[in-house]
Amino acid sequence: MLTLILVHSYTNWLDPVSTRVGSLAKPFYWVTNIPQRMSEWGNDTFTTRNQLLAENKSLRKEVLVLQGKLQTMASLGAENVRLRQLLNSADMVDTNVLVAELVGVSPDPLVHTVVVNKGANHGVYEGQPLLDATGLMGQVIQVMPNYCRVLLITDSTHALPVQINRNGVRAIADGVGTLYELHLRHVSNTTDIREGDLLVSSGLGGRFPVGYPVATVTSVLRDPGQSFASVIARPKAQLNRSRHVLLVFGEKPVLP
Amino acid sequence: MSQIPRARNLWFVGLTFVLALIASIYPLEPENRWLRPQFVCLLVIYWTFYLPERFGMGWACLVGLVQDFVSGFWLGQTAMGFLLVSYLCLLSYSRFRNYVWWQQAGWVFVLVGFQQLTVNWVNHLNGRSAEGLLFLLPAFTSALLWPPLCAWLSRCCRRYRIANH
Repeated sequence: MLTLILVHSYTNWLDPVSTRVGSLAKPFYWVTNIPQRMSEWGNDTFTTRNQLLAENKSLRKEVLVLQGKLQTMASLGAENVRLRQLLNSADMVDTNVLVAELVGVSPDPLVHTVVVNKGANHGVYEGQPLLDATGLMGQVIQVMPNYCRVLLITDSTHALPVQINRNGVRAIADGVGTLYELHLRHVSNTTDIREGDLLVSSGLGGRFPVGYPVATVTSVLRDPGQSFASVIARPKAQLNRSRHVLLVFGEKPVLP
Repeated sequence: MSQIPRARNLWFVGLTFVLALIASIYPLEPENRWLRPQFVCLLVIYWTFYLPERFGMGWACLVGLVQDFVSGFWLGQTAMGFLLVSYLCLLSYSRFRNYVWWQQAGWVFVLVGFQQLTVNWVNHLNGRSAEGLLFLLPAFTSALLWPPLCAWLSRCCRRYRIANH
């Protein structure tokens, strides 16, 4: 048994086995999802006409505002391409997204993984980034035929290259095991970083696409006696509450 | 020497494990996840104590592997814990049946504590650690759940005539 644990953790010989047999977990997640599906069905079926009309109106307003913002995006995108060509840097890749739904979470409180209802049959690959409406959530670590397991950015074994949106300073955001905190490692005391700064993904490492919001800095503690500043950030994604998520199709990462 | 009565309706054992697996992966708020009792471990303990001839270490190991696959843990993490628990149960089942309910709950706390210890040890290998003795909290809630669970299962066993109660 000890050999099995060590083999599974330090090598990938058992990956095909765990992928095939992992599919047997699907009915369990389907059953645990029943209360959520029933409450969604109840919400949809038992709303009054007035509530539906009001919701419709507010959604139309939101779409109008977002379309207005998109109009400026087109010209910004073109300007971005021109500037990059001027600098002789690579073009930005267009990203496709796939909408998916969260169907389960890891039962162990120390392990921050979630189960999403899209798998290899939908084109999901290992290392694919996952976002929700407000920010980056994590990356796919295990792909089964019809669903996949995603490691969240707040898991204590996950680290994410970020940059400060304001000035481009780069750092690494480490998960520490709580859903509401990321720690920035090895930030020197003289770095220009303040509370309220937005951290976005820097794209270094090739795993996550550039520019997606990750977290907001909540505290910066500069102690002259310590070698590095202690910077804590709060993830922007609703890691605890998001149900509808997006899987981003960028370039497949080159795995060792 | 009397013959060991033949255990029947063993599908009920399978059903209890399926229900326990569903309960063990049911999504809970992050603050409440430490309070979840170890349902599958409790059932392994129960069936090993009351059906030691039929439910031994092999079945405990298999159930552990199934829980590992379903929950997405490292293969063998839960299975190793269940092997240890099952071994201790097989050593002590005749004593255990004579205990009073609160003595049984105390022994269950120790057994589930051992299982949590092995799981915590494997998590440490992976770089994840629980603060202090927090990993024993599920053992505590499992021990609290043991007396009602035991009473309910004994009633079901009598009804389906599963074991020699």
